[in-house]
Amino acid sequence: MITKEELIIPENKVYGKPSLMNDTPMHYCPGCSHSVVHKLVAEIIEEMGLEENTVGICPVGCAVFAYRYLNVDWIEAAHGRAPACATAVKRLWPNKLVFTYQGDGDLACIGTGETIHAMNRGENIAIIFINNAIYGMTGGQMAPTTLMGMKTSTCPYGRQADLHGYPLHITDLAVNLEGTCYVTRQAVNTVANIRKTKKAIRQAFENSMNKKGCSIVEVVSTCASGWKQTPEQANQWMVDNMFPYYPLGDLKNTVTE
Amino acid sequence: MQEGFSYMAGVELPGVIVSVGRGGPGLGTIQPGQADYEQAVYGGGNGDYRVIVLAPNSVQEMCDCMGKAKELTFKWRMPVIVLSDGMIGQMMEKVVLPPFTPRRTDEEIAKQCPWATNGIGLKNRQYNFISTLELDAKEMEARNKRMTAKYNQVEAEEVDFELYNVDSETEYLIVAYGISSRVSMKTLEMLRESGVKVGMLRPKTLWPFPNKKINELAGQVKGILCVEQCEGQMVKDVRLATEGQAPVYLSGRSGGMVSSPQDVLEDFQKMASECATKSCPKGYWMK
Repeated sequence: MITKEELIIPENKVYGKPSLMNDTPMHYCPGCSHSVVHKLVAEIIEEMGLEENTVGICPVGCAVFAYRYLNVDWIEAAHGRAPACATAVKRLWPNKLVFTYQGDGDLACIGTGETIHAMNRGENIAIIFINNAIYGMTGGQMAPTTLMGMKTSTCPYGRQADLHGYPLHITDLAVNLEGTCYVTRQAVNTVANIRKTKKAIRQAFENSMNKKGCSIVEVVSTCASGWKQTPEQANQWMVDNMFPYYPLGDLKNTVTE
Repeated sequence: MQEGFSYMAGVELPGVIVSVGRGGPGLGTIQPGQADYEQAVYGGGNGDYRVIVLAPNSVQEMCDCMGKAKELTFKWRMPVIVLSDGMIGQMMEKVVLPPFTPRRTDEEIAKQCPWATNGIGLKNRQYNFISTLELDAKEMEARNKRMTAKYNQVEAEEVDFELYNVDSETEYLIVAYGISSRVSMKTLEMLRESGVKVGMLRPKTLWPFPNKKINELAGQVKGILCVEQCEGQMVKDVRLATEGQAPVYLSGRSGGMVSSPQDVLEDFQKMASECATKSCPKGYWMK
């Protein structure tokens, strides 16, 4: 009979925590997509061997503390300014991997101008865009990405077009900008989707290193706390309501096509 | 815009900002102005912070200021504003350019700027992050105290100004910076020719402000005229610096209009006649 000691040997290891992730306990709520995407980012940087060649730009929002969890150099930008900050870093350090990590309140509302122009200028940066359709950190307020009819703390009767306008499909806008080379929408609710998201982020990071233009990876995400649901309900709600509005898949890829 | 200054000051990130004043508020005019003194000197962004403000008064100084600003911003790790005006900014004068300084090498950055976020040497050091966020109020206060100590040191070490015709006989003082100091120089010449014992103090740094020198001179002179192209902004700092020892008058135009030497002369004469007939009790500081 095989003993525990015989089983736990390096050759048998199939999965481990990426070395770039430190032991700081995460502040994210159960069921939140952030932690999964953080792990993917850490894995990819490690796999690409870019530990000493990466600068991350964190947003304002739940991921404001991204710098606590991943052992790479970080700059925390003001609300929405991450793509402008990333532009400066990438232009100063053209051979480094420069990525922003932003939520929808940060990217698609406060920083719409910065986002659109950085993408349109074709800055060689990767943008990771976590879209959970609300302002998660501040208590679930309506965002430009909030779905029609969706109830939030600032539209308790549901989003109405005449009062609140329409959801902003900023990733779809990115497709039409000449500066973008890779535009994709993914999710991390299933193992298969996590793998696809990892592949997408890796592609975006490679584009930044190879100076192919601006890449944006939208990750349609859950906010169980903000949506007032359990983690399981949130995942299901996302599949039923978010995916029809924000369908998954590559929207543009001028690099591999 | 000033949101960014506040963030830079908060994370002690070096940076140089050039502000060339026009007539305001709002879109205002595109003619010269000095109405952005308070905006520059008192920040405008949120939180307890300071920025060093340099005030050149010639094309050569504009040029020299950039090197000085770079030196100061890296020395103190706080934003530096070069505050000029539309007149100096568009003036044509002879200028001697400084020698070209190359960009720091990776090794120099690692040595001189160990706080930089560029990944260099990450495997042998703790990762760097540049963040203004501090949710623990106690920690935030400690950070502010640390920065205040730094600001106090800047105030003690970096005050810069120039004196013209100031000696123990000086009876009146003009305080002016930027274009106002150039205009006032002409007025000064006109007054000296007619025998008036007047001198000028020109702040070259608006923050830190030459409080000590102004305070010292205020005890000696009969009156001070502050010349600036706005409705009175620096004049308040001059009054504070005098601690009521001498009356401080304002001479200025605004909205894009620039004082002529004659305008300053008229305001000076009005001040001098009032100061000659009135005594100045302790605590008198308003015109």
